Amino acid sequence: MAPPGALVFESVSKTFVAGGLSVKALDGVDLETQPGKVTGLIGPDGAGKTTLMRLAAGLLVPDSGQIHALGIDVVAQPLQVQSSLGYMPQRFGLYEDLSVQENLDLYADLQGVATNERAARYAELMHMTGLAPFTRRLAGRLSGGMKQKLGLACTLVRPPALLLLDEPTVGVDPVSRRELWEIVYRQVRDEGMSVLLSTAYLDEAERCDEVILMHRGKRLGQGAPASFSEPMRGRSFRVSAAAMGKRTLQGRLSAVPGIVDAVIEGEQVRVVTAREGMPELPGELADDGQLEVTAAEPSFEDAFIATLKGDQETAAPAVTGIARQQSPAGGGDDAVIRVRDLERRFGDFYAVKGVSFSVQRGEIFGLLGANGAGKSTTFRMLCGLLPVSGGEVQVAGLDLRRAASRARGRLGYMAQRFSLYADLTVLQNLRFFASAYGLDRNRTRQRIDWALAGFELTDYANSASGDLPMGYKQRLAMAAALMHEPDILFLDEPTSGVDPLARREFWLRIDALAESGVTVLVTTHFMDEADYCDRLVIMAEGEVLAEGTPAEMKARFRSAQMPDPSMEDAFIGLIEAHESQRQAKSA
Amino acid sequence: MKPAARRVLGMIRKESLQILRDPSSIAIAFVMPVVLLLLFGYGVSLDARHVPLAVVVEQPDANTASLVAAFRHSDYFEPRAFNTIQLAQQAFDRREVSGIVWLRSDFSRRLLSSGDAPIGVIVNGVDANQARITEGYIQGVWQVWLTGFAAAQGVELQVPVALEPRIWFNPAVRSRDFLVPGLIAVIMTLIGAMLTAMVVAREWERGTMEALMVTPIRIGEMVIGKLVPYFLLGMGGMLLSVAMALWQFDVPLRGSFWALTAASALFMLVALGMGLLISVVAKNQFVAGQIAIIITFLPAFILSGFIFQISSMPEPIQLITHIIPARYYVAILQTLFLAGNIWPIILGNSAALFVMMLVFLGLARRKFQKRLDA
Repeated sequence: MAPPGALVFESVSKTFVAGGLSVKALDGVDLETQPGKVTGLIGPDGAGKTTLMRLAAGLLVPDSGQIHALGIDVVAQPLQVQSSLGYMPQRFGLYEDLSVQENLDLYADLQGVATNERAARYAELMHMTGLAPFTRRLAGRLSGGMKQKLGLACTLVRPPALLLLDEPTVGVDPVSRRELWEIVYRQVRDEGMSVLLSTAYLDEAERCDEVILMHRGKRLGQGAPASFSEPMRGRSFRVSAAAMGKRTLQGRLSAVPGIVDAVIEGEQVRVVTAREGMPELPGELADDGQLEVTAAEPSFEDAFIATLKGDQETAAPAVTGIARQQSPAGGGDDAVIRVRDLERRFGDFYAVKGVSFSVQRGEIFGLLGANGAGKSTTFRMLCGLLPVSGGEVQVAGLDLRRAASRARGRLGYMAQRFSLYADLTVLQNLRFFASAYGLDRNRTRQRIDWALAGFELTDYANSASGDLPMGYKQRLAMAAALMHEPDILFLDEPTSGVDPLARREFWLRIDALAESGVTVLVTTHFMDEADYCDRLVIMAEGEVLAEGTPAEMKARFRSAQMPDPSMEDAFIGLIEAHESQRQAKSA
Repeated sequence: MKPAARRVLGMIRKESLQILRDPSSIAIAFVMPVVLLLLFGYGVSLDARHVPLAVVVEQPDANTASLVAAFRHSDYFEPRAFNTIQLAQQAFDRREVSGIVWLRSDFSRRLLSSGDAPIGVIVNGVDANQARITEGYIQGVWQVWLTGFAAAQGVELQVPVALEPRIWFNPAVRSRDFLVPGLIAVIMTLIGAMLTAMVVAREWERGTMEALMVTPIRIGEMVIGKLVPYFLLGMGGMLLSVAMALWQFDVPLRGSFWALTAASALFMLVALGMGLLISVVAKNQFVAGQIAIIITFLPAFILSGFIFQISSMPEPIQLITHIIPARYYVAILQTLFLAGNIWPIILGNSAALFVMMLVFLGLARRKFQKRLDA
């Protein structure tokens, strides 16, 4: 008989009931993870990943089924299990008003780490996480990545036999993400730890020894990452067009039957097909674009999308009808947003410092950076929601300091958190926003029809917006921000917490808007989304590190070792250059 | 050290550090008692003192002058002289005076002929309590003056029964002596129930609870670790309040200080139990705070007998007061401060508190589980 797995689920089901609505979070899940390996738990939002983690940690009791962790029955003996596993929830419970050292001490006390073992373990953890210089700092004053590393250190203070990590890398900058992965693998190597890790970043799946794919409470598959991507061989392609913009190309490829996925990747479009081989492209597309199609190495993401989309025939959701009827007149150098030496202080802390850039009409302009880089603060100043401490801001030709409300009438803003009224229906929300923007009765009716049709919300018109699935909430929020046909649309982390399928759909809508002349500003911490932008700035610690097109940014880091750097490579390169510059200055 | 003891100590250390770093919990424990005590000690008084009083003398003579002087010498009144009742009434309407004493033109004649004379008294009845007290004081001054007058005339007074009041426990009839001890119960409810309700709810809200739960700590250990620091904080607030009562407001403490401390510790545990129960159920700071105010603070204020006499409440409300822990503690406090060690009252009420402590802590312990769906 094979040795028992680190974590075994046998036909586990769990249903949550909220407000008369029951949601089946897990539906008869069977799984077994291998000891001493890193198992990735992958699935879109709402797949049941967090529920699975909590069940494994004994925080929830299943409706039916058996759970064994390290050979212990979790349901019968939760305390025994909790003494031998480590669990880092999505929002790790650091005490922000305690220092790094005090947080460690607390968890060492709770985990029963002997006093004489502590010094060595602390030193090791602080070295691994790079937190050694900050042991006296309050946890609340650490950067997002440092907090996450401290959370991991607290979980590892007594090396657990089984480590459960629930989306440990969400919103963390790429440098810290790399470090977190290194720490995890070191534990597996040195301590023989078994790890179950859930993630929303599909590229991280390839770092796992084994992957469990979840969707709607069910396990769709389990195996080594290559076992998912291998069957995709012959179905992944890269398409480039000499005579066509990459966004246009993406839009048109999405509509081709037999293509289940088309995403922008660098200057090309990556295509996943429903069956082996590239389907025949419509004649005019092939003629217009002077296309060049090459086979691509299949990735886990290709397999993921292909599996989730199932038997859908084309990639495109119906995004037609989003675009405005007429393009605003334009031409030449008409920057709609000009920012010079923008500054925002909170006390003696600079949230934004010396930020300058300009955005042309009809551009998709990105602000890329980790959590806490100053993206949202910059955004709020551009929308006139936050007074600027210094510098100049011109939006739509208006000085925000003098004509904030006039400028605001010409821009739409979609906040980072769902900012609609959760207890109003979709229709009521739209009606409210129409009246808030002062639309008359006729226009209100027109725009609501437009929003319901263009965002496919008709079926949900009378549902409370708080009950909508995440992707639909995001559509509604975007529709609300567009009720008054703004010239400029601000989107603050629109894709955070949205699953990969909804993200793809979202970007297609953004493309359609930009094509019709709307200027779009978007913040994101997903590095791969940078490729969707015409131009972008990369921000860290309130400063702009670089400005340019995605291709320019990546070209700066092209080298013999890295012939085809990704946006993430470029980002890490910029951060490292910034760090060494700062050290040189202080030395 | 045993792992369990280490875990409890770790929790206690963590909670204490959090209290020290959070100015709001220090404020609730130490600043708020001072503010409340100053407010109630100085600002709120159920006594009538320095009542502005119109005295209408229609025909001034030696007798009326002597009576007016008697009012003037009283601490309770600030008399103002008027010649006609009309003028006095105008002042009354303008709220410049809250009562009128009316000596008619035949006052001296009837006084000398019968040894007694009617005086007209008008008081403002808007505030019934104040009106009754003012009326009583006017009568008191009148009686004393009349007795003195009769003695001076060498006449026996026509009043058949002379009332000789003796007021026990609070001879000076200062409402402050009665309010300040009761206030201690309100303050301790705030510290115990409100602070605890908020801090446990805060752990749910900030997501720290989830990580805490997946450690070997047992619920009982977590409860102890949470209770000890807040217990000490609450007792500190109690000592501060008692010190202020004794030295700032000169409230006497006639009973034993140790009995007071023991009863307070018991009540503190009841309050902590309520706070813990609320936060286990609410899991959200705002809701926990609201519930704490509605089911602990307000009843402690209104239904504990701290301001409003329980025996004069309607029967059903009186029944309700039995489930308000502050009621028992207020009774103990008022007894210990004003009357002394009256053991039947102290022990009886303490027994009630003890039962409530077992109920609240027991319920909190049962409801508090290392589960997210419980």
